[in-house]
Amino acid sequence: MQTQHFFIVGDPLILGADISIILVSAAIIFVLTYFKKWGWLWREWLTTVDYKKIGIMYFISALLMLFRGGVDALLMRLQLMFPNMNLLESEHYNEIFTTHGTIMILFMAMPLIFAMFNIAVPLQIGARDVAYPFLNAVSFWLFFFGALLLNLSFVIGGSPNASWWGYPPLSELTFNPGPGENFYILSIQISGIGSIATGINFLITILKMRAPGMRLMDMPLFTWSVLSSCIVIIAAFPVLTVALFLLFMDRFAGAHFFTMTHGGDPMMYVNLFWMWGHPEVYIVVLPAFGIFSEVVSVFSKKVIFGYTSMVVSLLLISVYAYFTWVHHFFTMGAGADVNTFFSISTMLIAIPTGVKVFNWLLTMYRGRIRMTEPMLWTLGFIVCFVVGGATGVMLSVAPADYQYHNSYFVVAHFHNVLIGGTVFGMFAGMTYWWPKIFGFKLNPTLGKWAFWLWNIGFYVCFMPQYALGFMGMTRRIYTYPDDMGWTPYNVVSTIGAFIMALGFVFQVWQIVYSAKRMDRDVTGDPWDGHTLEWSTTSPAPYYNFAVIPKVEGRDAFWKEKKKRSQPDYKPEKRELKPIHFPKNSGIPFIMGVCFFIAGFGLTFHWVWLGVIGLIGVAATLYARSFQYDTEYVIPVEEIKKTEAALGRDI
Amino acid sequence: MAHAVETGVKHEDHESIKIAGFWIFLVQDVLLFATLFATYVVLRNHYAGGPTPKELFDVPGFVAETFILLTSSFTSGLAALQLNKKSVGGLITWLVITGVLGLAFLGFEINEFTNMVQEGATISTSAFLSAFFTLVGTHGAHVTLGLGWMLGLIIQLARRGITPVTSRKVSVLSLYWHFLDAVWIFIFTVVYLIGVM
Amino acid sequence: MHDDHSEKHPGSTVSYVIGFLLSIVLTIIPLYVVLNHSFSNMILVYVIMIMAVLQFLIQLVFFMHIRESEEPHYNILAIALGIIFVFAIVAGSAWIMTFNSQVQ
Repeated sequence: MQTQHFFIVGDPLILGADISIILVSAAIIFVLTYFKKWGWLWREWLTTVDYKKIGIMYFISALLMLFRGGVDALLMRLQLMFPNMNLLESEHYNEIFTTHGTIMILFMAMPLIFAMFNIAVPLQIGARDVAYPFLNAVSFWLFFFGALLLNLSFVIGGSPNASWWGYPPLSELTFNPGPGENFYILSIQISGIGSIATGINFLITILKMRAPGMRLMDMPLFTWSVLSSCIVIIAAFPVLTVALFLLFMDRFAGAHFFTMTHGGDPMMYVNLFWMWGHPEVYIVVLPAFGIFSEVVSVFSKKVIFGYTSMVVSLLLISVYAYFTWVHHFFTMGAGADVNTFFSISTMLIAIPTGVKVFNWLLTMYRGRIRMTEPMLWTLGFIVCFVVGGATGVMLSVAPADYQYHNSYFVVAHFHNVLIGGTVFGMFAGMTYWWPKIFGFKLNPTLGKWAFWLWNIGFYVCFMPQYALGFMGMTRRIYTYPDDMGWTPYNVVSTIGAFIMALGFVFQVWQIVYSAKRMDRDVTGDPWDGHTLEWSTTSPAPYYNFAVIPKVEGRDAFWKEKKKRSQPDYKPEKRELKPIHFPKNSGIPFIMGVCFFIAGFGLTFHWVWLGVIGLIGVAATLYARSFQYDTEYVIPVEEIKKTEAALGRDI
Repeated sequence: MAHAVETGVKHEDHESIKIAGFWIFLVQDVLLFATLFATYVVLRNHYAGGPTPKELFDVPGFVAETFILLTSSFTSGLAALQLNKKSVGGLITWLVITGVLGLAFLGFEINEFTNMVQEGATISTSAFLSAFFTLVGTHGAHVTLGLGWMLGLIIQLARRGITPVTSRKVSVLSLYWHFLDAVWIFIFTVVYLIGVM
Repeated sequence: MHDDHSEKHPGSTVSYVIGFLLSIVLTIIPLYVVLNHSFSNMILVYVIMIMAVLQFLIQLVFFMHIRESEEPHYNILAIALGIIFVFAIVAGSAWIMTFNSQVQ
């Protein structure tokens, strides 16, 4: 593999990015060295197995990726604002829409939901930790180094350019000999291993580590949504692993799975990719549904309407999502009977989703509604997602899809449900649980501005795209002629994109402003919440609960508060016992580095480097296997001291 | 120390939680193999003018592999039973036997692949062969990893004897080994038997 | 650090031997019928697949002890769900890609 194009030169935008990266990295290294914080970084963050810190790291990474993916989006929208623009050449445009999609789905949405899993689930079920804290750290670092690998591509070697799907034959060696697609395959593969591990981790955590007395049907709905999402993760990601591996074999070992000759069949890749790809969108939307159930209930001051049907619909959606995937390639020639089956199955999945929407509305009905920021995001979601869902049903009609396929109608639809569903959901969760994680409240005014800018900006950006789809504008084109009548819609759409960007700016401003102002959450329960996470301090101590709570049914904390307000309430004196806690470990971080080395080596066909990296991975696994001293005990005195310092009486 | 600790989870339960998680990992691996099987099933007739399974598959070879692996699954079970007898010596002996059988299986398989390559049937010859080598090769890679794992576990057993933690590790490894034999049952059936029909 | 209440590993020598012998039988039968072409190809495929599934169940029950546990049988539920997904993957792919028999 030649190294003459190793560093990408010649493009001012990329050169500018190169310089910024170098400057920012240098600044970070300088600050850490000057304040002598390397030890702190290693001890507190790089080797942590504390799920709360891991959650924060996922969260920060996701926001950084949202920024990069968003910049990609703005560049695309600028290029498309007017016909025949020359801001981005076609090759560069291809690379940008590829990285935009890959980053937003795999390196923004996934870490964001994992952040929510970590931040809320153990607290909600009254547990001290996740089932496998070490594995949790491994998951994070695999995600981090996978994302790093992909992000490196646009300055070293060249970005992938075959869209976030990577369809062969375009992604095969014949048409794509450079390192770009290798970056794509390897970064997703590495990160995907982490995702599967997270799925297993949280599934077992929820099934096995609930506080005594909390039956499955007593769990908060967010926890149920995480359970459902984990089922889908475990079911879907192995398929992606294989799809990418087979493409890798084509590119590296001369295999013929998806090539145009020697019996290969490119459509098989499409089949396998979407077999994962459709469940993937449910993976990212189910937790959003869970968050909405929490928020609607707390801010309507009502128990959620139809808890059982909410649980059933979550589980139905999670299994059922696995049986709709062909709707992503109706036009590829699988035949009328296949298309009919998948057309109907796709329509049917709208039913359990509809049940949920009605339940949320019925929860709000006759409730005492508080228009807090999480509630705003939820209301925005309900409208936005229903519109997007409706256009989904339109797309599910296979014959009609022959018209919509590959047009801006599809682009508008999926952004509608992904932004309206996942992104708004994660913002609702972020603003809802923010005080719990960071200990201070977010400024509501700036938050409201952020919401309205995002919400209005969304419609301004994407509603014209439905029209463009009807007018025949194809997706992924880098420019268009001026006599199609598409121009005004594109102009409006670009303005909308910038309004959303302004919303993001307000979110950053809100965070910085609120951090400076430090309006502390002293009670631990700023919203008058219903579930157990609100019973701890904000933030919770590292062991979560000094004493594991005893639970008596749903909305455990709400019930507990009602009990406490009774005049004859006597707090039960419970005995403190020493706590077994996992030790920090540098192995997850090192394993991530080894995977990165392997991925980087293989990307450039430096097999020796790839082998070294993989041997490193094996060595870290072996080292961990031989580690037996992995826990320490927190003595009772330490618990008492920590609780007293937090102002809690035990 | 064993009694005074409270994690919300009893100490023994902690080991059973690791086993529970491993079952889920196995489900994930089943789906991984299912995808490889699906690919094989779709591409199995794509000979591209190259060799067919009937021409390539050596009956004594895959029959031997099958019985060797099945026996090793049985011996890994006998190894796990030694936990109840609390006999480290017996446990290690049966694990070593299992490992030797596993190595024999790999030996046969490497021999089979080498012969095929020498006859001109490589992974680049056709889609059918790409699918064959990848499916069977992935199984072989899983076996290899299992053997490496077994070696590490044998060393740990020799050093530490039978404890709740090493017991759990033996249980997990034996689950993995049985799972690999279960996958092989389907490789034997779908790839080899159907191939020579 | 010895804990005296370690769980007993399920199964017994007898159950393992029975499982082993049954597996051998379920391996020999399909081998025999295929090598001797005892039935038409269609029937052969069904017969050997059934044998394979049976042998898989033997592994699950006799070797992997899927039924033994006082706790809720999440592992059985997980395997059952897994089998549903396996069906979707294999049968789904085969059906969707049937047209491709024209590609050689």
